[in-house]
Amino acid sequence: MKNYNFAFLDESSKRAVRRALLKAVAIPGYQVPFGSRELPIGRGWGTGGIQITLSIIGKKDILKVIDQGSDDSVNAISIRSFVRAATGVRTTTDSQEATLIQTRHRIPEIPLRGDQILVLQVPLPEPLRMVEPLESVTKRMHAEMDYAPIWLALYENIVRSGDIELGADYPVMVENRYIMMPSPIPRFDNPKLHKSPALHLFGAGREKKIYALPPYTDVRSLCFEDYPFRVEDMSGRVCRLCGAKDVFMDEFFDPASGKRLYQCSDSGYCEKRKENQPRG
Amino acid sequence: MDKPFALELDGLVVRYGKGCPLCTDSAQALQRNRCPRCGSIWAVRDISLRVREGEILGVVGESGSGKSTLMRALYLDSQPTAGGYYLGRYHDGKTNIYSISLQQRKYIRSHLLGMVYQNPHLGLRMFFSAGANVAEKLIAAGNRNVRSMMNRTGTLLEHIEVPLGRLKEPPVNFSGGMQQRLQIAKAVANNPPVLLLDEVTTGLDLSVQARVLDLVKRIQREFGVTMIVVSHDLAVVRMLAGRTVVMLDGRIIEQGITDQILEDPRHIYTQTLVNSLL
Ligand SMILES: Nc1ncnc2c1ncn2[C@@H]1O[C@H](COP(=O)(O)OP(=O)(O)OP(=O)(O)O)[C@@H](O)[C@H]1O
Ligand SMILES: [Mg+2]
Ligand SMILES: [Zn+2]
Repeated sequence: MKNYNFAFLDESSKRAVRRALLKAVAIPGYQVPFGSRELPIGRGWGTGGIQITLSIIGKKDILKVIDQGSDDSVNAISIRSFVRAATGVRTTTDSQEATLIQTRHRIPEIPLRGDQILVLQVPLPEPLRMVEPLESVTKRMHAEMDYAPIWLALYENIVRSGDIELGADYPVMVENRYIMMPSPIPRFDNPKLHKSPALHLFGAGREKKIYALPPYTDVRSLCFEDYPFRVEDMSGRVCRLCGAKDVFMDEFFDPASGKRLYQCSDSGYCEKRKENQPRG
Repeated sequence: MDKPFALELDGLVVRYGKGCPLCTDSAQALQRNRCPRCGSIWAVRDISLRVREGEILGVVGESGSGKSTLMRALYLDSQPTAGGYYLGRYHDGKTNIYSISLQQRKYIRSHLLGMVYQNPHLGLRMFFSAGANVAEKLIAAGNRNVRSMMNRTGTLLEHIEVPLGRLKEPPVNFSGGMQQRLQIAKAVANNPPVLLLDEVTTGLDLSVQARVLDLVKRIQREFGVTMIVVSHDLAVVRMLAGRTVVMLDGRIIEQGITDQILEDPRHIYTQTLVNSLL
């Protein structure tokens, strides 16, 4: 890739993304429009996240790429090798070693530090879309904090079915100002966003939006006083590979034994635990 | 002079369309409420009103005279072309509500005003449950407790005589009278001091009309709510309103004690209106 600029994008494109990022950091939870570029990667493959990564990465960064918790999916491997080819930076699967982590659908189990940046790939950035199809209207609703329709949708959910039935991508309130989609992370990961020391950057390539949570931002999952927010119940689940508990697990059905088996969704975390265990 | 007022309107103007030098400079140029040159509609022209606490004011006028436009301006649905609007319960009536922030207006809409729209599709979310429709007002006022909201909506539905079993049903399934009563329940959910009723009984059977009017009178009696009641049915206005204004082409052409207006109308237009509708 000799004919390309460092990190593939030309400097003016990167600057444009960084300007959008600065604005996003200045207004936590607010969706900033940006001029999303074409990339040699299929749509729906996290082009929003990749553009952020390419625009902020430096030669000394150590990169980790996660796809639904895993470092080894086709998606994660191809993004990782693309960025490595375009920058020459070192890559890792260890979340604690990484300075820059791009992810889809998970946040690492080990709490992030202030010297780390998490870039999240976002398919649907607009929390008001479920109640309002028009972009011009949702923009005005955010400006006026006109969030009653979202609350109403949650209320209606409870009235009809007895509970809030949202799964992943559960909306959050940022600094008591903007309602934001955390990207399709499980509810289990929502609390990790609250007052995290790390910088979180969200990129939606198709919808051309960037938003951010600067360090120590107040992030609360929407809930009613008498219907508190709940994460997925992982109690009683033990990782078949490393023995971990109280982390987010993937579930398998083992046809041989007819049993359900569990395994850490965060493969880097699982690997690290196995390495630190005495071999038997 | 400084009697306590619930609501005051000073020179309200609502224009649909851009306007042009002709219609902006001279009201005489208009054909009825429409500018012959630019086609703008001057739906409300220089309306001033003062309503005392606990009073019910009637608004009558032919179709297109600007009644609903006036009501939507009072409910802060949009920014009018010009005018001052003051509520006794907001900053002691000293602040023009058309000049304050959107956030403050939202507060006023959810705490100080209730509205029944002429067209129930504007006032209700037809595909949400009846209960959620009423709860929307509570949510807008900041309530985040499901149990308390369910209790309140249950009480309100009982009040408007909608069977509790229909709480989960969407109003699209309801009769016209039931939709209007549901709008009333929603409008009074936060006990607002001012209630705006736009053609609350129009299109309903006489027996259903009577029930809705009973409900309105009960609310006025029990809570001393100030109301503005729009109707082109003079019988409705006679039954509810002590004082009435008559609108034509966006302007008030006559006003006074309702019985006087109905028995001894001064303006030729009012005479026609009274003769045709009584
Ligand atoms: N959104 C709009 N755009 C343009 N003109 C409008 C709009 N809404 C109302 N008008 C016009 O404004 C005038 C006043 O309409 P409005 O609905 O306020 O009358 P009304 O007195 O409520 O009539 P009705 O008794 O039929 O309900 C009419 O000439 C109407 O055609
Ligand atoms: Mg009308
Ligand atoms: Zn004109």
